[in-house]
Parts: sequence; structure tokens; C-alpha cells
Amino acid sequence: MIAALAFYVFAAILIASAVMVVTARNPVHSVLFLILAFFNAAALFLIAGAEFLAMILIIVYVGAVAVLFLFVVMMLDIDFAQLREGFQRYAPIGAIVGGILFLEIVMVVGAWRFAPDAAALRVNPNPAGVTNSEAIGRILYTDYIFLFQGCGLILLVAMIGAIVLTLRERPGTRRQNIAEQVARTGSVTVRSVPTGAGLKELGILRPPSPEEAKPKEVEHHQGHGGHH
Amino acid sequence: MAISLAHFLTVSAILLVLGVFGIFLNRKNVIVILMSVELILLAVNVNLVAFSSALGDLTGQVFTMFILTVAAAEAAIGLAIVVIYFRNRGTIEVEDISTLKG
Repeated sequence: MIAALAFYVFAAILIASAVMVVTARNPVHSVLFLILAFFNAAALFLIAGAEFLAMILIIVYVGAVAVLFLFVVMMLDIDFAQLREGFQRYAPIGAIVGGILFLEIVMVVGAWRFAPDAAALRVNPNPAGVTNSEAIGRILYTDYIFLFQGCGLILLVAMIGAIVLTLRERPGTRRQNIAEQVARTGSVTVRSVPTGAGLKELGILRPPSPEEAKPKEVEHHQGHGGHH
Repeated sequence: MAISLAHFLTVSAILLVLGVFGIFLNRKNVIVILMSVELILLAVNVNLVAFSSALGDLTGQVFTMFILTVAAAEAAIGLAIVVIYFRNRGTIEVEDISTLKG
């Protein structure tokens, strides 16, 4: 009874926030409703008995993906009002396609039922007396270890790809040249300095860097009409 | 009034339809389209978890984890592409993204 009530509450909030994600005027609100939707989906997972996945959903989706979306939406300076042109125009066709899709799903699922020997065909039956996390760990690190490592590879490729795509070499930025620093000889000396004495009093001066940036000379001999 | 598999399937079907609807509705905004794709993937995850729970089979939950991984990777790459596209062209309207002549 309590579980059913909780299910209906969480499912209602999930669907309402999903509606708000696609219809909100401000994309920042969209992202925040997306976060709410993920939280409620995690609650549905808990009701279904998948505790580990519920926590993973919160950590991965709310903690990483949704915050990434929020970051990008706030970082890009986009005229969102302009992006909403044609909102009314596309709504009917979207509703038609969505309605047809929903009807098809309802027709397919309505006529579908489990095979009589479905219980015998289970690949990894839920072991009794073991928590959900432990049961998943037992099969994830044994039977599905290659798929698990494949997931790691996918994440690695995605990480490298995102870095490569967004890395930008700007002219005029100063970078640390480690090879030059390590290869430097002669200009560095080690001296023992008594405590309490300032470097200047001992006569140790920082050597001026060879190419100290000089202030740019202002060029006066062109433009600004009529001085010559 | 127990929760059956049909309840979960209904919720997930509605989520999926909302995701598809969102793609049609926000045809110009790539970021909201990416969010709609996330909603669709969430619907798939709800389906898999519901079947896993109804059958008492853990395979569905393992699959859900893989889908989560791929969804996270997809979001990261998609947003990276959006960021560099905005940097180069100053807009993210879907209709302007036609350099590849696809």
C-alpha cells in the first residue's frame, strides 16, 4: 500500500518534470527539471528493488551529466528566445508522432505476455539472502568482466575525445617549459641562508629574466589626423 | 493495489514519448535535444530495471549500467561538440549546422 502510493507519487513527479524539461522556456530550468526527473527515476528504481542502480543513477546522472548540462547552458551566451521560434509550429506534428508512438507501444505491450517457461530461462537469477549490490558485483566482475572493461574503454575514449575537441591553443599564452627548466645550469645556486635574514640583506638578488617584457612603444607617426 | 510490471512499463512509455515529443518541439536547440535523448535513455533504463525486477533476473540491471555508461559518454561528447561549434560559429541552431552538407 505504502509502496504503491510512493510509486504513484514518484511516477507523477517524474512525468511532470519530464514535461517541464521539454517545454520550459529557459534551458536552465530544463536542466533543473531534468535533475528532478533523475531523482524520481532513482526512487522508482528503489521501489523496483534495484538499490545499487538507484545510487549510481544519482551519482552519474545528477552528479555528472546534469551538472555538465548546467555548465554548458550557463557558459554559452545564446539567445534562447530566438531558438524558440517555431515552437508552436512544430508542436502539432510532435504531438501526432508522439501519440502514434504511444498507441503503438500500448498495442504491442497490451498483447504481450511472458512465456510460460520464462522463469526457467533466466540467465542470472536473483540469489537469495544477498543484497542487490553484492549480487550485481558477483556477476559484473565475473561473467561480464569484458563488457565492464569495454565500458571503461568507452569512457576513456569519451574523455580523450572531449578534451581533444575543446582544447584550444591560443597565441600569446605563457606555458611552463619543463624541459628548459630542467636543462638549465649555472644560473641556479644553492646557498644556506640563516633564518631571519632577508634575501636582499644577504645580497642575493633574483636574476632578471633575460627577456623582461618592455612596455610597448606607442607609435605616434600615423593616423590621428593633422599632427604633422 | 500492488505495483506490477505494467505500471513501470506505462511510466517508461510515457517518458519515451515525451522524449520524442521534446525533440520535435525544440527543433532548434541542440542542448534541449540532448536532454530529450537523456530522457529516452532513462525510459529504456526504467524498462530494463522493471523487467529485471519482475523476472528476478539480474542481467537487466547489468545492462542498465552499460546504458548509463554510454549515455554519460554521449552527453560529454555531444556537449563538447556544441561548445566548439558555438566557439566557431557563434550559434547552435540546428538549421545552421549544415557544414557537412548532410
